[in-house]
Amino acid sequence: MKRVYVREEWCLGCHLCEYYCAFAGTNETDMARALKGCKINPNIRIEENDGVSFAVSCRHCLEPLCVKGCITGALTVSGGVVTIDGDRCVSCYTCILSCPYGAVSPSDGGAVQKCELCVKTAGGTPACVKGCPNGAIVFEERG
Amino acid sequence: MNRMRQYVIIGNSAAGIGAAEGIRRTDPRGSLTVITDEPHHTYSRPLISYLLSGKVTGDGMKYRPGSFYADHNIRLIHAAAMEIDAAGRQVLLSDGRRVPYDKLLLAAGSSAFVPPFEGLDTVRKSSAFIRLDDARRLEGMLDGNGRVLIAGAGLIGLKCAEGLCGRASRITVLDLAPQILSSILDGGGAARVQSRLESRGIEFRLAASIRRFEGDTAVLEDRETLDFDVLVLAVGVRPNTALLKGIAEIDRGIVINARSETSAPDIYAAGDCAQTTDASSGQSRVMALLPNAYMQGECAGINMAGGEAAFDRAIPMNAIGFFGLPVITAGHYTGEVYEKNTEGVYKRLFYSDNRLNGYILIGQVEKAGIYTSLIRERTPLDTIDFALVCEKPGLMAFTREVRQARLGGGAV
Ligand SMILES: Cc1cc2nc3c(=O)[nH]c(=O)nc-3n(C[C@H](O)[C@H](O)[C@H](O)COP(=O)(O)OP(=O)(O)OC[C@H]3O[C@@H](n4cnc5c(N)ncnc54)[C@H](O)[C@@H]3O)c2cc1C
Ligand code: SF4
Ligand code: SF4
Repeated sequence: MKRVYVREEWCLGCHLCEYYCAFAGTNETDMARALKGCKINPNIRIEENDGVSFAVSCRHCLEPLCVKGCITGALTVSGGVVTIDGDRCVSCYTCILSCPYGAVSPSDGGAVQKCELCVKTAGGTPACVKGCPNGAIVFEERG
Repeated sequence: MNRMRQYVIIGNSAAGIGAAEGIRRTDPRGSLTVITDEPHHTYSRPLISYLLSGKVTGDGMKYRPGSFYADHNIRLIHAAAMEIDAAGRQVLLSDGRRVPYDKLLLAAGSSAFVPPFEGLDTVRKSSAFIRLDDARRLEGMLDGNGRVLIAGAGLIGLKCAEGLCGRASRITVLDLAPQILSSILDGGGAARVQSRLESRGIEFRLAASIRRFEGDTAVLEDRETLDFDVLVLAVGVRPNTALLKGIAEIDRGIVINARSETSAPDIYAAGDCAQTTDASSGQSRVMALLPNAYMQGECAGINMAGGEAAFDRAIPMNAIGFFGLPVITAGHYTGEVYEKNTEGVYKRLFYSDNRLNGYILIGQVEKAGIYTSLIRERTPLDTIDFALVCEKPGLMAFTREVRQARLGGGAV
């Protein structure tokens, strides 16, 4: 299955992927208008320290600890994509406790949020990958 | 094998469902029977407090979709298992039926522990708080403005208090210990959570013990009395091990290995009824938590069906929130301490011998799983930037090679 892979050496820490991710969830047509002045809460996050930066989002693990540990059954695997049913999630944060990548985060609504590879929004190619000008994240099959 | 294998699972909750999914991942054909003494579709046990508060209703309780048993070709039997005939390889049910097995899993969970309080039988309305039917019974007992006394300030008692908030005229939680949540929090953390609960009107009697009941009055050790309308007994739970008595090794729980096997051939155990090695401390113990239950069950299922699985990474861990205040804890609390205390953050990391042993996070819990994995994997702390990870959990603390493998490598 295709996954998002990180090429740390190419990341400039520009945070554009975070903006494209947040924008993909808005249904708007103009990114600047949609996000200007907003505090965004994206599903891909840049980690930065001392000149090093890279993007982290859900790995869609083959043995996903978040799914196995979910207390309600809100997290499931569908076609390899680890997906959340926001109506079933009670924000207990067991998945935040479980995920070794820190890839699930609290949200402003009633459920947690995580990367779903844009299956629900941008139509299959993750918006972060499309938007990265540096090729620092790629969407490909690596087995 | 000439005939289909017969798998039997006693228990229809996290561990039993994990096993059913593990079996079907490995053997789509064998006959699979799930036995439960509760008259329900599989439901999420932790949600019973959300049912009380009205946050979750009806179908929202389901742990798996309505089509689960059909999708996995499972025969579901609603009856109690009364006895396991290990020599004859069959389970005797309360309705007189006998269910034969080739591979058996006991995933029977735990029951409320009720101390032998004097006068308990004179209390008009009392209930445990473990099963869906307990929550429904409790709802029936409350007529809107009753006074509730909850014995036990552990996870279950406090979740019950949260769920009842607004549905009772007074909620008092009583515990022997001088602090709440004594099994998962230190004193400072407990004080923060307690004040959040108190801000919603929940009252506490800590370091207090009940001497006896006289009808709807609890007489405490210091002779003080507490009147109530409904009593909730949440003092503790005991693993349901009785079915394997004399058949397999039992300590506090049924002793299992990393393959979820008991000491008896072809009999497995998983979840709250089982006891296994705590990877954070090396000690054998019952770790009664839903994620562990699911993963022990799944591991049992795969092995029952002839696959190869090991689950040797069980650690105590909890994610539990009260009125929007998140609390996440894991491991055990010995060694040196890194701590941070600010208005919205309570953080403790416990470490010794180059390993992270445990942590407590209250308020700010983002990326807690990074810490959990350091404990679970017993990561040597001198291979990461420990000072950085204390400050800020993230993959940045790992070497570039480790990051490359985890973010750029194949699927895990
Ligand atoms: C109020 C509450 C809140 C909780 N909150 C959390 C939480 O936030 N996070 C967390 O990780 N954990 C939580 N827990 C703990 C969690 O629910 C358990 O760890 C988990 O349910 C264990 O799963 P299990 O399958 O081992 O056992 P159980 O869920 O106890 O299920 C046992 C099953 O066995 C069946 N059974 C038992 N005896 C028999 C018999 N003789 N014959 C037939 N069937 C039998 C029962 O019907 C049931 O289906 C909570 C528990 C409670 C009560
Ligand atoms: S959220 Fe975390 S544990 Fe779950 S699939 Fe993604 S990376 Fe894996
Ligand atoms: S926060 Fe939501 S998705 Fe995560 S474990 Fe709890 S119910 Fe499941």
